[in-house]
Amino acid sequence: MSGFLAGLCVAVLPLLAAGFWLGRRTARPQNLGGLGTPVEHATFETLHNATLAAPPLRAGLTGETARKSARRLRTLLGTDALCLTDRETVLTWEGVGEHHREEILQRLGGPLDTGRGEAFRLRCDVPDCPVRWAVIAPLTVDDRVHGALVACAPRESAVLVRAAGEVARWVSVQLELADLDRSRTRLIEAEIKALRAQISPHFIFNSLAVIASFVRTDPERARELLLEFADFTRYSFRRHGDFTTLAEELHAIDHYLALVRARFGDRLSVTLQIAPEVLPVALPFLCLQPLVENAVKHGLEGTADKRHISITAQDAGAEALVVIEDDGPGMDPALLRRILAGETSPSGGIGLSNVDDRLRQVYGDDHGLVIETAAGAGMKITARLPKYQPGVHSGARLPREP
Amino acid sequence: MDRTYSVTAVALVVLATVLVGAFGLRISRTTSDFYVASRTVGPRLNAAAISGEYLSAASFLGIAGLVLTQGPDMLWYPVGYTAGYLLLLLFVAAPLRRSGAYTLPDFAEARLASQPVRRLAGAFVVGVGWLYLLPQLQGAGLTLAVFTGAPAPLGGIVVALVVVVIVAAGGMRSITFVQAFQYWLKLTALLVPALFLMLAWQGDGAPRSAFDEPPALRAQRTVRVDATLDLRLTEPLTVTATGTVDGHRRTGERIALPAGVHRVAGGTRLTLPEGAAVPVAERGGDGGMSGSLASAREDRPLYATYGLILATFLGTMGLPHVVVRFYTSPHGVAARRTTVAVLGLIGAFYLLPPLYGALGRLYAPELTLTGDADAAVLLLPERLIGGLGADLLGALVAGGAFAAFLSTASGLTMAVAGVLTQDVLPSRGVRHFRLGTLLAMAVPLGASVLVGGLPVADAVGLAFAVSASSFCPLLVLGIWWRRLTPPGAAAGMVVGGGSAFAAVTATMAGYPGTGTGTLHALLAWPALWSVPLGFLTMVLVSLATPGRVPAGTAAILARFHLPEQLTGGRPRTEART
Repeated sequence: MSGFLAGLCVAVLPLLAAGFWLGRRTARPQNLGGLGTPVEHATFETLHNATLAAPPLRAGLTGETARKSARRLRTLLGTDALCLTDRETVLTWEGVGEHHREEILQRLGGPLDTGRGEAFRLRCDVPDCPVRWAVIAPLTVDDRVHGALVACAPRESAVLVRAAGEVARWVSVQLELADLDRSRTRLIEAEIKALRAQISPHFIFNSLAVIASFVRTDPERARELLLEFADFTRYSFRRHGDFTTLAEELHAIDHYLALVRARFGDRLSVTLQIAPEVLPVALPFLCLQPLVENAVKHGLEGTADKRHISITAQDAGAEALVVIEDDGPGMDPALLRRILAGETSPSGGIGLSNVDDRLRQVYGDDHGLVIETAAGAGMKITARLPKYQPGVHSGARLPREP
Repeated sequence: MDRTYSVTAVALVVLATVLVGAFGLRISRTTSDFYVASRTVGPRLNAAAISGEYLSAASFLGIAGLVLTQGPDMLWYPVGYTAGYLLLLLFVAAPLRRSGAYTLPDFAEARLASQPVRRLAGAFVVGVGWLYLLPQLQGAGLTLAVFTGAPAPLGGIVVALVVVVIVAAGGMRSITFVQAFQYWLKLTALLVPALFLMLAWQGDGAPRSAFDEPPALRAQRTVRVDATLDLRLTEPLTVTATGTVDGHRRTGERIALPAGVHRVAGGTRLTLPEGAAVPVAERGGDGGMSGSLASAREDRPLYATYGLILATFLGTMGLPHVVVRFYTSPHGVAARRTTVAVLGLIGAFYLLPPLYGALGRLYAPELTLTGDADAAVLLLPERLIGGLGADLLGALVAGGAFAAFLSTASGLTMAVAGVLTQDVLPSRGVRHFRLGTLLAMAVPLGASVLVGGLPVADAVGLAFAVSASSFCPLLVLGIWWRRLTPPGAAAGMVVGGGSAFAAVTATMAGYPGTGTGTLHALLAWPALWSVPLGFLTMVLVSLATPGRVPAGTAAILARFHLPEQLTGGRPRTEART
């Protein structure tokens, strides 16, 4: 019997979970019962329909989004038939009288050119055709006509003309928002591209100066350093792909540290502790090296003290936890907050705020840098990198390197 | 048997696991070490880790137990457990790695760009994980009961506690090293005693009657019958009984049982004379799964064998704790090499359990009556060798068995907890991962206390059946068929995996009793019909929804299949070190 009970539990638990999830998904504010007067009720209903029609349209005007939103829009307008078109074709026809498709398409030219709405009687051979009238209302985004909303009705109705115009304007606003979304994405992409390859000019200058100082005394060392420099710059200047692997980023850090060590000698010591499981994690290109550079710059330049930097990468379930810690002078948290908010920018290189921005753009707002610091207490920077994130592939569009 | 040795061995295993887990990271302080510290995991190390995580209590104890009770037919289990990796190698390993997915839900999302399918896959990961954890905990209970006489659920609770504490405290930081260590530990723990046992067997005159029917006792044995059973005697037998036999209470008197069927109540002690043929036991009373699976196997051996083969061959690729280990490989080619190495390592390991099973038939055949056949591996050193040597070897085996529970249970717990944290619990964070760990372990622990008495290898077989019916279609079609759609994938997983899950639940709950019949066999070995059902549903629903093929499918499949040199991510780092 206990076996049966246990089996029942095992069977019922997933069902309960599925039911809970389904219930949460399907629960909509359908029941507005007892909420205000009929007029208010109608208002709620209208707003509700408008809200449901909006999300598909926010992805732009395509066949699929038109189909998804047309049903809601028809309820909103209360017509017998509604169709959405782009400049050439009828994207979707919702409701009755679909045999008017061709006719609508022929009459579309005028409103699309002028950007002004039109109402006309439909020619029809079907004796009991349910729709006799059509209203065309153009959809405009930034003064360009993208398509039209066509509402069909059994008879002429000024109310419908007015309503169709209003709904078309509302749809236009949604399409404008979609346009805005697209430009924002483009802006982010452009920003990432612009931010990416900002290798610090100071670093180039310092490295070359150090290499020059070795050329006579230790030519072999100079050659090695020059190769490190070449490797590092090749990594920084590459133009393809936004993402790399943790292993490659660590190698870039290694090249960087080799050059820095040549300059600071024994004053800099580095500890590295890496869980090999997280080395294949994909991450935005050059997002850890700037953190190390930051630690070096604030810890070593302008003093004669010894500094220690430790870099750890831990495996933490579905995420990799990367911690970069130094025992340098630290920073006033208030100043750091201003830097991260973009109010003051530290001199040169890719700043902390840049790395923070890019991590947030790629992984979402809860994956920004976590920085623990105080004046004179060193600095500990933690980055959480998800092992899998849709759209993040280290291998994307990279040609093979020699 | 001296318990101190085994308890010490178990404690040492736990301690070593924790130490390797917490401090096994490579640390470097100088430049020259930098490459060493940031070197990706090689195929051989990763293969040992995968094998360590994969070889569970079912492999360590269960196979020997099944061979002992049911004979050489059960050799299909080790074959199936190994061959699953062959299919993984051929169809899944490299494309799965190239997809960049860490877990199976990640793969569903990467391939189909659909949150609902992702969640569904997550639900199945949790289901399969729980089904697989259940026998691990029961095996632990059995081991502890054999060695210390503790009540059966206690061992499960101990393992559950240890795993939850280790995982939740972040003690599995260097999980690759831990699992690789566990593999070698498990291999040693079976190999060394096996050598001694073989020597003892040789010294005994190398009897070869292991698979003669029925096995006969080589010395007088006392057996405690745990669950009520029916003994089928082919010839009269004289036993000494304390307890209830055929409804009469006996207190240590000798009784002569005529040929025929006799019911022995649970808790009865039977002393069987030397040279007696071990009677064939049929589970009576409350049925349970052991009886039902076994009887289905006896009624329809061909069907049951094919069901087992299909489930194990196709189920391996959908095991959540195995899939996540492939992420450690730096690229697709390494993933493939890793799988080849896994085949070798696991193949070597699986030579040993059948040996224990065969020796068990010779030297401990009465275990078939007690329902503790899974303990054969643990008891054999004592039976064959005796003395201090037996204690030490027994301790080694006990340590290995505990390593088996620990490694598989911790891997599964991490996989299940990861899904729970990511897709079920509200927001992410360390605290939620701990909560997820607790939840991931609490459910199977509760179930193991409630259900009780499944043979571990059979229970694991059921987890394989669900995995084969849900994830195998998703992975194979997702990687090799460009017309797969999200509704198709969801429907296939629900119909295939759901029906297998329902059949498994019915079997575990003892429905439809211990009766015979086609329906019974179908429910006990679901893979043969549920896997094709899953594939068929997935294909048909996908074909019916051609408009829903995700945009960018061609690009995604190209990334899955083309070598990294062509698409970008490259195996270059390896060449430099």
